[in-house]
Amino acid sequence: MDLVFRARELSIGGALVALILATWAANPSFLDDQGIKDLLLNSSILVLLVAGQSVVVITRNIDLSVGSVVGLSAFACGTFVSGTDHSALTVVLLGIGLGVLCGLVSGLLVSFGRVPALVVTLGMLYVIQGIDHAWAHGEQINAADVPDGVLALGSGSVLGIPYLPLISAAVLAGTAYYLRSYRSGRELYAIGSSPEAARLAGIPIRRRVLAAYAFSGAIAGFAGTLWLARFGTVVADAANGWELNVVSAVVVGGVAITGGVGTVWGAALGALLLTTIGSALVVLKVDSFWQQAITGVLLLAAITTDRIVNLRTTSALRKRSRR
Amino acid sequence: MTAFAKYLRWDTVVGVLLVAVFLAGTGTTEGFADTANLSAALNDTAEIALIALPMTLLVVAGQVDLSVASMLGLSSALAGALWEAGWAFEMIVPLCLLVGALGGLLNGWLVTRVGLPSLAVTIGTLTLYRGLASVVLGDKAVADFPEAYSQWATYTETVPGTFIPYPVALFGVLAVITAVVLHCTAFGRSLYAIGAQEDAAWFAGIRVKRIKLVLFVLAGFVASFAGIVYTLRYGSARADNGIGLELVVIASVLLGGIDFDGGRGTLGGAIAGVLLIGLLGNLLTLNDVSNEIQVIVTGLLLVASVLTPRIVATVSERRQRRAATASA
Repeated sequence: MDLVFRARELSIGGALVALILATWAANPSFLDDQGIKDLLLNSSILVLLVAGQSVVVITRNIDLSVGSVVGLSAFACGTFVSGTDHSALTVVLLGIGLGVLCGLVSGLLVSFGRVPALVVTLGMLYVIQGIDHAWAHGEQINAADVPDGVLALGSGSVLGIPYLPLISAAVLAGTAYYLRSYRSGRELYAIGSSPEAARLAGIPIRRRVLAAYAFSGAIAGFAGTLWLARFGTVVADAANGWELNVVSAVVVGGVAITGGVGTVWGAALGALLLTTIGSALVVLKVDSFWQQAITGVLLLAAITTDRIVNLRTTSALRKRSRR
Repeated sequence: MTAFAKYLRWDTVVGVLLVAVFLAGTGTTEGFADTANLSAALNDTAEIALIALPMTLLVVAGQVDLSVASMLGLSSALAGALWEAGWAFEMIVPLCLLVGALGGLLNGWLVTRVGLPSLAVTIGTLTLYRGLASVVLGDKAVADFPEAYSQWATYTETVPGTFIPYPVALFGVLAVITAVVLHCTAFGRSLYAIGAQEDAAWFAGIRVKRIKLVLFVLAGFVASFAGIVYTLRYGSARADNGIGLELVVIASVLLGGIDFDGGRGTLGGAIAGVLLIGLLGNLLTLNDVSNEIQVIVTGLLLVASVLTPRIVATVSERRQRRAATASA
């Protein structure tokens, strides 16, 4: 059974490698030093967000407010540091704190208010977006006002690898380890695959779901800080609409939207695949008007293939167990 | 207690809120109750209201279609491109509607035959249809539609003798038809059955897949029609027309008490939800309340609309239980 899950990630990983190699063959500059760096930088914030979203989706919920939380956190952190010399750590903590706050509100409404997740987080999307716009009022944060310590977080590197992908990888590894090896992590899967059974098994569903939302919020807040560090210039609608990218990546990565199935590794591969498709289309000089349509087709192809492979393995396993 | 609970259905509350907003607007804001303003306010919600009809049916059946706003954009872009290519408008409209129905068919096919969740499918087609829109028209804007057609969609042109613009009148007719279908026919009841318990509905002999397919086709069809209305109303065909509108439509429907888990809600509630957001927005604009605050109000209303009935239910449940233990 373990092999089946791993095989799923292998197929996404295989598609990713094939795409990268094909693009590289067509245009070698895709994989030169700068090309690889761009690829890593472009995908790291999405990969980070996907780690948070996966945890929520595994519990059979969804968090549509992530894009607006990223925007709010980026703008708040930008305002906070503008023209000061606050250290990167303070800003990161501020971003995470803001994110946790937003996550807790959504989480409380979902878990204790028993309101459907889609409605709550859609509502939160509007509320946070509105607050952000009202606060920013058309103004923007300029890179010149952001202290170098913060910007270094977005542009610095160790051994030639930029910080951002390293941070994303670390968060990803931590989340994967938690989901796999901790009792409470496994319980998230139990909640997602059958809430009723989980309740009867004595799992504190409300607390776990609340924690999942707080985590997703923390990640989104953190991503906002990194957004500021990477781009320096932030407008109020930064990351607007990103919630759909994040959910797409999670779905492509084999985390079932109906809960209980999937890993953050798969979801991260999904995020890498989506970003790479975007970059590859640019490098291959595909007419920019076609890019979104192609992304849509690939998205549909990915979830359809996943579903078919899934059906096949289920029936194969059933046959084997009958024998 | 039971009588009280019966009247405290959420769609009734939304209806009352709607009346309250109307009365408050009339009392406090000059020009709000003018027929010209009401025509404009109603016409501004035309596309959202139109798409809300099939969306209500879908959500009642436990499905969702996030691709509607992209289909609106595709239809608009297609109309623009064909008009530029010299097609007659009478030919453009049926073609756009056909494309809409086909787009809905693709959604429905992926949901019913491949067995994918509608949320995942329509996130994919949301991207695809919006992408096709930009393939068809690029980043151009086509604006020179003949006056006779664009006039039809503006709020200044109304059904003779009333203050109702044509798109709104058309919506009214479609709303009545939809309400009859949803609340008075076996087909309508089967939607509630599918939304409440899909397996049970199937065992009861309801053709679940066929019905879901029909609903998605309907949603695509209406969304492409809304695209035509949008194009004429703003006098501009663009690939990015109506971006993000899907969330507003879903928010309005949910605000009107349609349960996202399926199987519950009334069309009247959904329409009241659409009108409430529309009128409130108009009232706030007249009072110089910024767009940002309006967005926040929409979000809060949405959360409150789902939270309140649940709190009421919990409280009345507790009270009943206490009454039961007291009498025992």
